[in-house]
Amino acid sequence: MTTKPKVGFYWCASCGGCEETVVDLDEKVLDVVAAVDIVFWPCAMDFKYEDVEAMPDGAMAACFINGAIRTGEQEAVAKLLRKKSAAVIAFGSCACMGGIPALANLTSRTEIFRRSYLSSPTVGADGTGTVPQKSTVKGPVQLHLPDLYESVLKLDDVIDVDYYLPGCPPTPDLLATAVGALLSGELPPPKSVLLPDKALCASCDRNASKPDNLTVTQFKRIYQIKADPERCFLAQGVLCMGPATRDGCGYPCIKGNMPCTGCFGPMSGGDQGARMTAALGGIIDVGEAQLDGVLSGMPDPAGSFYRYSMSASLLGSIRKGDEA
Amino acid sequence: MAEFVPKIVAFVCNWCSYAGADGAGGQKLTYPSSVKLIRVMCSGRVDPQTVMEAFREGADGVMVLGCHPGDCHYRSGNMKAQRRFKIFSMLLSQMGIENDRFLLDWVAAGEGKKFAEVANRMHEQVVRLGPLSIRGKVERVVAV
Repeated sequence: MTTKPKVGFYWCASCGGCEETVVDLDEKVLDVVAAVDIVFWPCAMDFKYEDVEAMPDGAMAACFINGAIRTGEQEAVAKLLRKKSAAVIAFGSCACMGGIPALANLTSRTEIFRRSYLSSPTVGADGTGTVPQKSTVKGPVQLHLPDLYESVLKLDDVIDVDYYLPGCPPTPDLLATAVGALLSGELPPPKSVLLPDKALCASCDRNASKPDNLTVTQFKRIYQIKADPERCFLAQGVLCMGPATRDGCGYPCIKGNMPCTGCFGPMSGGDQGARMTAALGGIIDVGEAQLDGVLSGMPDPAGSFYRYSMSASLLGSIRKGDEA
Repeated sequence: MAEFVPKIVAFVCNWCSYAGADGAGGQKLTYPSSVKLIRVMCSGRVDPQTVMEAFREGADGVMVLGCHPGDCHYRSGNMKAQRRFKIFSMLLSQMGIENDRFLLDWVAAGEGKKFAEVANRMHEQVVRLGPLSIRGKVERVVAV
């Protein structure tokens, strides 16, 4: 009988990139499996929901749940895993803040179904007008599908979360550190984010190139310029989410000469959209007459600022008149 | 059904708009009691997050009132507010919140009449829109 701590992984509304992080531990994954028993990991191992239901409550030392909560099934499994786990870690940006799936909060379920099942050029031809239903009768059997929610939720909207590890995906180093901390019992206070509480700019190696009086008079998309690989992106007029984004990733995007898109989410207590709005308002330096022109270079503030944190927006999700 | 009485939060700058509101009172001009004043040192000090929190905590409309361009006590705070809240208004419409629920305007210390007009107009706009309800899971403050 093994006495190794038991660990589970689960995915909700996500792309699988967070699972890739586990794989990207490379040979370090051997240290992890030497120290723990993985008892549930649908992406990679053949355990069923029944196996989890059969565990005693709190049997898992830790469960890493990635992905946003978008369907009834995801919520039910998250609740089951909460019951069976001593610690639940919201793993990745989707679980922490909604992530990319939560951009769906800018539209409605009706509109998503219409586009995906009725009007899209690749699927609109069959003419049956079928959209997903919660249940349907086919011959002698009644079939059920999980309910697709009107809004995409973050994990802590449906269960208590002990620790947060954002990132799209979190880097393998951060995962290894988190697992190490869990195993050693040297844990930060509950509910904390397992990352520094400062902005990415604080450690970005282009910080030194930022002018003392940083101003922006025109926004340029990254493909429109040949970006200087040394100079602060904002100083080049490229929207970089660094000022409103938590540090800790090791800025791989910046090293690849791409601006930060904000996947680590805001610092504690911050709303990423509000933080970025405040930051940009302070550095855009044009008169009222030119302001509209400058902002036309940044046509999608909600999608840019909340690219990974829409479910955590203080403004909630769009008010969907058609399904009030 | 009871008549809808909106809640409107007005952030007014200490140097111009608060004095303007005071002037409206001094001149015995009427403006709706739905408008609740919060005095701040400068319109440039009003963080978009504070406005979001006002909406989230139950405000049906929010105003930020500052000094006229060129008159800012701190030289450029009102211009920063203008840029910030221009972006903020873009955010609001994308998130499905009507732009009429938010107003940035300039009210000088001597403009008691203008303050009363702005307050009345905002009240009417928000009454027309009805109560604001923010959708999605909103009872928790941002987790990360």
